[in-house]
Amino acid sequence: MSTTATRDDASGGGQPPGGAAGRRSSVRSVAIWVAVAAVGAVAWTVLALARGESISALWILFAALCSYAIAYRFYARFLTYRVLGTDDRRATPAERLHNGVDYDVTDRRVLFGHHFAAIAGAGPLVGPVLAAQMGYLPGTIWIVVGVIFAGAVQDLTVLFFSMRRNGKSLGQMVREEIGVVGGVAALIAVFAIMIIILAVLALIVVNALAESPWGVFSIALTIPIALFMGLYLRRLRPGRVLEATGIGVALLLLAIVGGGWIQDTGLGDALTLSKEWLVLALVVYGFVASVLPVWLLLTPRDYLSTFMKVGVIVLLALGLLISRPVLQAQAVTDFAREGTGPVFAGQLFPFVFITIACGALSGFHALISSGTTPKMVAKESQVRLIGYGGMLMESFVAISALIAACVIDQGLYFAMNSPAGATGGAVDTAATFVQGLGFDTSAQDLAAAAAAVQEPTLISRTGGAPTLAIGISQIFSDAFGGGLQAFWYHFAIMFEALFILTAVDAGTRVGRFMLQDSIGNVWKRFGDLSWRPANVIASAIVVGLWGSVLYIGVTDPLGGVNQLFPLFGIANQLLAAIALTLVTVLLIKHGKLRYAWVTGVPLVWDLVVTMTASWQKVFSDVPAIGYFAQAQRYRDAQDAGELLAPAQDQGQMDQVIFNSTLNGILQSFFAVLVLVVVANAVFVIARAIRAGGLPTTEEPPTPSELVEPAGLWATAEEKRALAEHDRLVGSGAGSRDGGRP
Amino acid sequence: MTAGDVRAALVRAGRGVRWYLREWSGEARWDDHLRECAEHGHEPLTRREFERRRADAVERTPISRCC
Repeated sequence: MSTTATRDDASGGGQPPGGAAGRRSSVRSVAIWVAVAAVGAVAWTVLALARGESISALWILFAALCSYAIAYRFYARFLTYRVLGTDDRRATPAERLHNGVDYDVTDRRVLFGHHFAAIAGAGPLVGPVLAAQMGYLPGTIWIVVGVIFAGAVQDLTVLFFSMRRNGKSLGQMVREEIGVVGGVAALIAVFAIMIIILAVLALIVVNALAESPWGVFSIALTIPIALFMGLYLRRLRPGRVLEATGIGVALLLLAIVGGGWIQDTGLGDALTLSKEWLVLALVVYGFVASVLPVWLLLTPRDYLSTFMKVGVIVLLALGLLISRPVLQAQAVTDFAREGTGPVFAGQLFPFVFITIACGALSGFHALISSGTTPKMVAKESQVRLIGYGGMLMESFVAISALIAACVIDQGLYFAMNSPAGATGGAVDTAATFVQGLGFDTSAQDLAAAAAAVQEPTLISRTGGAPTLAIGISQIFSDAFGGGLQAFWYHFAIMFEALFILTAVDAGTRVGRFMLQDSIGNVWKRFGDLSWRPANVIASAIVVGLWGSVLYIGVTDPLGGVNQLFPLFGIANQLLAAIALTLVTVLLIKHGKLRYAWVTGVPLVWDLVVTMTASWQKVFSDVPAIGYFAQAQRYRDAQDAGELLAPAQDQGQMDQVIFNSTLNGILQSFFAVLVLVVVANAVFVIARAIRAGGLPTTEEPPTPSELVEPAGLWATAEEKRALAEHDRLVGSGAGSRDGGRP
Repeated sequence: MTAGDVRAALVRAGRGVRWYLREWSGEARWDDHLRECAEHGHEPLTRREFERRRADAVERTPISRCC
């Protein structure tokens, strides 16, 4: 074991499990992989070539699954053992610094579950739904190719490098490995981007719940249900999490059914809330959740939301297999070429690549892959399963969401996702508008679709969540029968809102921690996490910030999602640019210049996409795309004393001018911050290349005494090693995870 | 495969699911505590006290949930 210490790290000499024996390929495994590749190739060919016929959505599913399998088996293996050079003889921080709190050796399969629950949220569900306006093909290709070569690579490499640094955060690593300037820029970028992300997530919830008493009722009930679970776990039956969650899920299902009963009663009228009221409710909720003890509200909600999330994903996969729906969307729509789509403006390049962030490449994951997860990894080579595999799983969720949006009637899709300014908000005007886009629909069809899910209207229910819910309800009622479309619709709405709210309250709390930590540098007392006044002030600032952006989005005459979603997508991808810059710098500093392309190529691609998108959003003279051109157009009209649709009075004209200017400034600000980090990194890279590598803050190797399998399933060799280890150490130490399979 | 084999496989799968959920939800940390105390001859905490300490530790760490 002492060879670990003398190993030349720069050689990248990681060994796959089993060494030479593991490389000997059996005939069976070759046959299996040839079959997987063949199925994948057929599926991709059908998707690429079939036009104008009815194409089963399962082709998308199979194309994705086969691609993931091949990528995980070959590319992820290459990245893990060759590029990163994981070394299982080296103790991980979980083993070295074990304290049973944050540093804790965790079974790889359990940690996979934790990590997946932390990275997967509403993002992979919403982005693909919006991107469906360009057809199913661009989204499918980007989700699959993007995750294999960019998203999963980012998650894997950040996880690995953070693990080698005792689980340091992204901001810390940028400061220590790139420089103070880059570090400060990254810190500000992370905070600002988080505010935008929280606001856009909250906006999706507001759009899904506005004027929907059924939705509001069931979501509102999640709060008392969570409080009950919190008290149950604290006072009645401490620690019985599964029991409490079981009760919680049962109550939750009851709350969804109950929404249907109350919607036509007086209570239903009382719960028919406008968007403005919902903003207020969310802001108050976010603030209270951030200052309350976590055991009371956050932790139990988190259990509920994770169980629902995993349950729905499994159901959706099953539902797709059973109902085998046919794609209604075109492969590539005219909007992709012309950039005139009503859901969001701009052409396929670059806008498909920023609209679908989560599921293909999500910078936010870098915050989770550094910090929490790396402190729990048992063996270095498990980063392949947790980092790369976890992201493939999220990509699969995105693919399912894309399918759900592409199997519903496309007339309905555009009626739901075009802003109210375009559809006029009523079934007849919306039908005329959608027919003008070239889709077949009628006022009766649109009214019938709303009636089928017992919603007052589906017109301009933007944000992606209601569309996804329609898709899910259609797939579930086809697959499982029973005519429960309205129930499934509200079930889906509830499940999306539930974990968006969990992301919003957890995000607010993380923002509060970041703010307290930063201010704590100049005013020490403020950094004390248990000092109440600081908690309250920092929470209020964070909630106030995202609350204002949310309010601006909700009242935007041009449609908040249409205006803000590009900002959200670009922000998330810019965060990815920071993360990819960091890992590229680290590869080069470690003397692995010849492998720097694995993160360098996705970094360059991401920079080209985000900078082109930022440039267009800031400098384009097409008002629908350029924020400042938009503001100028309304200003000119105002000077000429005219009103421009969809603004209905001078106040709304002012609003459009203010919002567009603000969005433009934010957009430029984010892009500049990222460029600062990249510029700082270029200097470090140049120095590192000249010197053939530079010292880093990597922890020196310590021999590991743990025996753990590397992959999801233990190989025969690993099982023998485990048994041998247990025999030598004695059953006591080997059975830390009592009775695991 | 006999009915007995099927039953054994189902029992094994059920046990695996139970193990996974208890590990994932953190319920199994209590078992670890009892075992560690038994190994070192310490007096274990009460369940209530143990869970309270775990909750207090969570209070100081951010729970990251992505979009």
